[in-house]
Amino acid sequence: MLPIDPIVLFFMLGLAAGLARSDLRLPGAVYEFLSVILLLAIGLKGGVELAQQSLVALLPQMIAVVLMGLALPLAAYPVLRVIGRLARADAASIAAHYGSVSVGTYAVAVAWLVSREVAFEEYLPLLLVLLEMPAIVVGIMLARGVSADTDWKSLAREVFLGKSIVLLVGGLLIGWAAGPVALEPVSGLFFGLFHGVLALFLLEMGLVAAGQVTSLRRHGLFLVAFGVGFPLFGALVGAVLGWLLGLSPGGTMLLATLAASASYIAVPAAMRMALPEANPALSLTASLGVTFPFNILVGIPLYHQLAGLLHRLGG
Amino acid sequence: MHADPRKLVTIVTEAALERRLVNDLKRLGAHGYTISDARGEGSRGVRNAGWDATGNIRVEVICDEATAERIAAHLKAVYYANYAMILYLSDVGVLRPQKF
Repeated sequence: MLPIDPIVLFFMLGLAAGLARSDLRLPGAVYEFLSVILLLAIGLKGGVELAQQSLVALLPQMIAVVLMGLALPLAAYPVLRVIGRLARADAASIAAHYGSVSVGTYAVAVAWLVSREVAFEEYLPLLLVLLEMPAIVVGIMLARGVSADTDWKSLAREVFLGKSIVLLVGGLLIGWAAGPVALEPVSGLFFGLFHGVLALFLLEMGLVAAGQVTSLRRHGLFLVAFGVGFPLFGALVGAVLGWLLGLSPGGTMLLATLAASASYIAVPAAMRMALPEANPALSLTASLGVTFPFNILVGIPLYHQLAGLLHRLGG
Repeated sequence: MHADPRKLVTIVTEAALERRLVNDLKRLGAHGYTISDARGEGSRGVRNAGWDATGNIRVEVICDEATAERIAAHLKAVYYANYAMILYLSDVGVLRPQKF
């Protein structure tokens, strides 16, 4: 077992500085820049690997993952509604956040595997992209019913042209088209600096998470319990699915991490447009203030053990 | 110096609304607008722009009184209930009335 990853320590530094009300703050443009590099790097890596695979062979995995993206919010909604006693729109919005994924969490999980030299399926960013959208659709339908007067066209625009999808898909396509050799000249920025960029990104995320603590106090215990409990359930679903699909232990762990993570970029923006009556403080507090830190600090090593356990039991 | 009277409509709201708001303003007859990033605190908590979803914008439109009233009525009806938004009107003088 290695000591704590330095990138996790950066996250803790941000968290501590934020809680102590330090004036530390990364300018918005720097944060934007860091997330652009991370998204492109993840897309490029996935695209290079994707070129080696046949899309037809990946089709079962793609379909299974989309089904998981539809099922997770359906599982979350009754819990939020009945145990959390949340209003319909709030429950639906939070369910959408938890059915979708966090690229930041995925990046940390990849870094975790790389620093331990654990192999994994490098084309997983493709599945990540597929997981962003289904939960949003389910969330809106849970709140509005099927005969929704939702403006799906502008919503689809919002999501598919949002920066995370454009950069991930763009990176996948560039990586796929260029191949590893042609990417060599840009690999210094995207792959060589990956861990350093991720460290700075996590520093900012720590500050952002610390900023959620006040509203956490206001919204109480249920959100904390849900923000920890549902990711554990999601990880179990993701890990079992990964194992059934025949992923390696590393890939199984990544799928578990994806299922455990909650969106904080694409879904909040989409929900603000489609379900304005849902309180954004509730979902962001749970996803940024509870689930993101939990996954970074505790979840990722745990999901790795879970994946290992499944593969040992199942052979 | 002669200045023609116009209304300055200032809107402070969530950055997430920018695209929709701009469409609304144009449709309601604004000839132009200025948007700047903003942060502050109000009844919906601190909006510190530390995060995409917590960013605010300030939108300024200079227009004639009828347009200002149309904009104010529309925004009040559509956005006030569910979005963090304030809007206020002030009297300003402009040198080139045909622009506004």
